[in-house]
Amino acid sequence: MKTWKMLAAALAAFALSPAAALAGATHVAVAANFTDAATEIAAAFKEKTGEEAVLSFGSTGQLYTQISQGAPYEVFLAADAARPERAVAEGLAVDGSRFTYAIGRIVLWSADPDLVEGAETLKAGAFDKLAIANPATAPYGAAALEAMRALSVYDGLKAKIVTGNNIAQAFQFVQTGNAELGFVALSQIAGKEDGSRWQVPVELYQPIRQDAVLLTKAAESDAAKAFLAFLKGPEAGAIIEKYGYATGAGS
Amino acid sequence: MDASSEIFSAVALTLKLATVTTLILLLLGTPLAWWLARSGSWWKETIAAIVALPLVLPPTVLGFYLLVALGPSGPGGALASLWGARTLAFTFEGLVIGSVVYSLPFVVQPIRNAFEAMGERPLEVAATLRASPLQAFWNVAVPLARPGFLTGAVLGFAHTVGEFGVVLMIGGNIPGETKVLSVAIYDYVETLRWREANILAAGMVAFAFAVILAMTLIEKRVARPGA
Repeated sequence: MKTWKMLAAALAAFALSPAAALAGATHVAVAANFTDAATEIAAAFKEKTGEEAVLSFGSTGQLYTQISQGAPYEVFLAADAARPERAVAEGLAVDGSRFTYAIGRIVLWSADPDLVEGAETLKAGAFDKLAIANPATAPYGAAALEAMRALSVYDGLKAKIVTGNNIAQAFQFVQTGNAELGFVALSQIAGKEDGSRWQVPVELYQPIRQDAVLLTKAAESDAAKAFLAFLKGPEAGAIIEKYGYATGAGS
Repeated sequence: MDASSEIFSAVALTLKLATVTTLILLLLGTPLAWWLARSGSWWKETIAAIVALPLVLPPTVLGFYLLVALGPSGPGGALASLWGARTLAFTFEGLVIGSVVYSLPFVVQPIRNAFEAMGERPLEVAATLRASPLQAFWNVAVPLARPGFLTGAVLGFAHTVGEFGVVLMIGGNIPGETKVLSVAIYDYVETLRWREANILAAGMVAFAFAVILAMTLIEKRVARPGA
């Protein structure tokens, strides 16, 4: 009898523990460029509040489509200002919750230490494949396109462009050497020493203002609000800057 | 490019990919299926298991390995360097290689089954009639295994048309080169262009239905004695 009771108690604990853990969890949809920073912020958030932020990554457009179809996210960290704005306009996000958490930069990067020298590299075009994120869904891809147009190299390079589904895939194309170079997010190579890079001057593209927004279905969720408050705070700010972003507050 | 030419280009590319893949698979798959059906080798089931792997593996596993294998540090890159390119990823040829691997079991298995179902007898009879092994193969085995070839070809073609994960990982989404139907649909959905997504998706449903129906009819015809 005693054994049975112990077994039942163990089973109950087993069955309840994930539920208990999820009670204080908030689901966050994160634009792919912010993957590393968000992971670190979520860890710091958990350490400070004991609550968990469950992260899902994708391109901003991809995540937006999912949100519009009722995906169970509570917070949306986009890579642009347009989609969070649209989410508010369409009633998917809470009015007044939108703020800029990071301002992103694009970098022309190659795993080859001698390839990227600057705008001349693009003008010379002595490469086979150039990776970018899908400009239709990923703001970093759109910024790459804008920069190439500003340099008047887009028409010449058009045939060499390969498109990643999001900025993480564009990065992976370059990292594996399948594309010699590509436009990636500064945050993706902030901690890397290898390869060659050219930080694209900000005059060549609109600043990539990345906005966060609280989604309507989580309007009453304390965990989601706590996460957004934490994202605005100094600890998260330090992490965001460490990854090469400017923070919204400082601009 | 406007929507209709985009759609047309994706459809044409997909049909081209599926046709080339199916032809290559019939060429490679027939001797392989023959060997699997007739060999007494103890390790043939090991080979059969390797051939069947794509049935079980997630496309992401194939996509990941293919991306590395086709790239500059893999055999694909070495091959590509023969004509001055550095990778086979992001090319039509790369997609063909991926599709051949991905659809291999769908072609080999039905042909092997057909060769096995035929048994030894017809070939023995052919041999007594002084047919060379090659003549016996062409004039006896292949006609007898025709339903297997048909099923394999249809399945290989259809499965290649329906391929998504592998192409997404090694394709690079280049219109006219690697942007196949399934990827185009995905793109349309992700960018909320649901009208275009609907056109293509409905077309795929109709295509899949036709394939399954055709398969059923082929099998029925085969099962009917005297047909």
